[in-house]
Amino acid sequence: MKRHQTLDLKRTGAEKLLAALPMPGVEDRTENRAEAGWAREARALARARMLVAGAPIKRDEYWKYTDPSALTAPLDMVGEGEAPAEAPFADIACARFVNGAFRADLTTLPDGISMIPLSEALYQDLGIARTFYGVLEAAGQEKVARPLAALNTACATDGMVLQATGTATLHLRQDHVGEGASLLHHLIRVESGAELTLIETGTTANTVMEIELADGAILHHLRVQIGERIPAATHIFARLGAEAAFKTFTLTADGQMTRNEVVMEFAGDHAAGHIAGAVMGQAKSHIDNTIFVTHDAVECEIRQVFKQVLADRATGVFQGKIFVKEGAQKTDGYQKSQAVLLTDGAEFLVKPELEIYADDVACSHGSTTGSLDERALFYLRSRGVPQAAAEAMLVAAFVDEAIEEIADATLADLMREEVARWMATR
Amino acid sequence: MLEIKGLQVKLEEEDKQILKGVDLTVEAGKVHAIMGPNGSGKSTLSYVLAGRDGYEVTGGSATLGGEDILEMEPEERAAEGLFLAFQYPVEIPGVGNMTFLRTALNSQRKARGEAELTAPEFLKLIRAKGKELNIDADMLKRPVNVGFSGGEKKRNEILQMAMLEPKMCILDETDSGLDVDAMKLVASGVNALRDEGRGFLVITHYQRLLDHIKPDVVHIMYDGRIVETGGPDLALKVENDGYADLINAA
Repeated sequence: MKRHQTLDLKRTGAEKLLAALPMPGVEDRTENRAEAGWAREARALARARMLVAGAPIKRDEYWKYTDPSALTAPLDMVGEGEAPAEAPFADIACARFVNGAFRADLTTLPDGISMIPLSEALYQDLGIARTFYGVLEAAGQEKVARPLAALNTACATDGMVLQATGTATLHLRQDHVGEGASLLHHLIRVESGAELTLIETGTTANTVMEIELADGAILHHLRVQIGERIPAATHIFARLGAEAAFKTFTLTADGQMTRNEVVMEFAGDHAAGHIAGAVMGQAKSHIDNTIFVTHDAVECEIRQVFKQVLADRATGVFQGKIFVKEGAQKTDGYQKSQAVLLTDGAEFLVKPELEIYADDVACSHGSTTGSLDERALFYLRSRGVPQAAAEAMLVAAFVDEAIEEIADATLADLMREEVARWMATR
Repeated sequence: MLEIKGLQVKLEEEDKQILKGVDLTVEAGKVHAIMGPNGSGKSTLSYVLAGRDGYEVTGGSATLGGEDILEMEPEERAAEGLFLAFQYPVEIPGVGNMTFLRTALNSQRKARGEAELTAPEFLKLIRAKGKELNIDADMLKRPVNVGFSGGEKKRNEILQMAMLEPKMCILDETDSGLDVDAMKLVASGVNALRDEGRGFLVITHYQRLLDHIKPDVVHIMYDGRIVETGGPDLALKVENDGYADLINAA
């Protein structure tokens, strides 16, 4: 196993990573005597996973296109000077985290969910956290090491332990308003028949979500990452029960370094997972979406639709793997990753991967990179549409295929507005 | 209206001269036709006037209402009142026909310092104009030209022309790919726009379009120049005798 081979001394970066941890707000918590026994054990196991894997380095195949050094360096966390206004979501119940800590005083919860902060759950003998914390993250390391996620489990400062039993919409807002670091770790369980819409905004830094969808559960996840000045390494680990549906969409606009990993496992039959995203990158932004989907059940559907709009020296990365186990028959897989390069210096790096051991599946993938259609631009301009507006129209049309993956029309329109705003301020 | 003097144009990418001194004046209220064999430079002339990239003007001038258009961006030319009906209208997936036309119309109005049309005003206008061209609401809702038949695309061009009300209309082989009925529909759309303030330049291979859009003046273009100019009977002569005599005489 590759994981064991990586124990050699050349890979002591993980020790350095841990050693560097005592930075404002983040510390190695694996020796925290006050936490419950199960929590200390889960933390220690995660710490071991990270040490075994080592800190990610550029030589790793999985980090071929994204230099992890910005994500493993001791964080110089200077967050947003002022928390951004979130007007579009103002009337949605909101769970707030500020500088890596839950803020009960700023939180309102909707009916249909119960939630306690991880910072409390780790000190209790609470069923959902106890049986769940670090479990999907650990399972997600099976094929590929994800040391930054293990680091999060070992050192997480706070997060949500959330159980959805009804229909609810929740805005998860994670702000940084000064110096300090945070590793948020959320546990989300959606029960049978429940439907949760989760909108995630703010600074994601190092965030892990472990998501379990019971049979027939539905989760809509919408994430907005705009102009983050802090490098972000996010992980979603999701396990879908039978007939469950998980739709996640991420809008990433600019930001210096973003790596979003989604690790999804189909554990029950007839489930559907849709992973979509719109990437808008300019200046020297580096935005990486890396997906690993494992099919271990029959007749499940996976859709991946990513659209990237890149300008200046920006880089977009898409790595999408669909792994179909023997017996996962009738898997229906679709993957599309496309980029429009608005200027010559921009770059799109893509690695689609299909690994299929079942003989009755339909999987397709397609990737394209190009500039905006010159003929279409001229056609629009010849009718009087100014160049910038013509480009914005074509970009909006290009990105829309990903935005259409959002089920809620109002939320989809908000994303369209963000894309238009990005084009207007370019 | 449109005044072209000694216009010389070469391809930007290669050293190939396409237009070798074109002289042409289209007066307001008149319909001029340009005929000529393939490769004579007719389409290049229309693209250069509309401002498409890839061409280099090496001599001469083109003005619209006295304004030098060759220095303008394509959208500025449009706002000045120039319109090119494309030989091959471009399909633009994801951009609604209606959104496109409203943006185009209001961009032009804004550039000219006129009030923009509100959504209801625009809707009323486009429904009325669409009806005349047999363009239904469904076609307006679809993405620009996507999945349109040849005839639908050309009718959509004429609809845009009717909505934008340009001063100078250039029609580049608008009859190509049309059956007789579709051509009649397009021609009647064009004829409805004929008035004293508007000039037309109709580029075509064939006489048949000119049966329906009656020109005042016919030019024959060959090898980057206008080699013959005459009345409507010149088109008939070409139809009967071909271009050979005219070309040899030139």
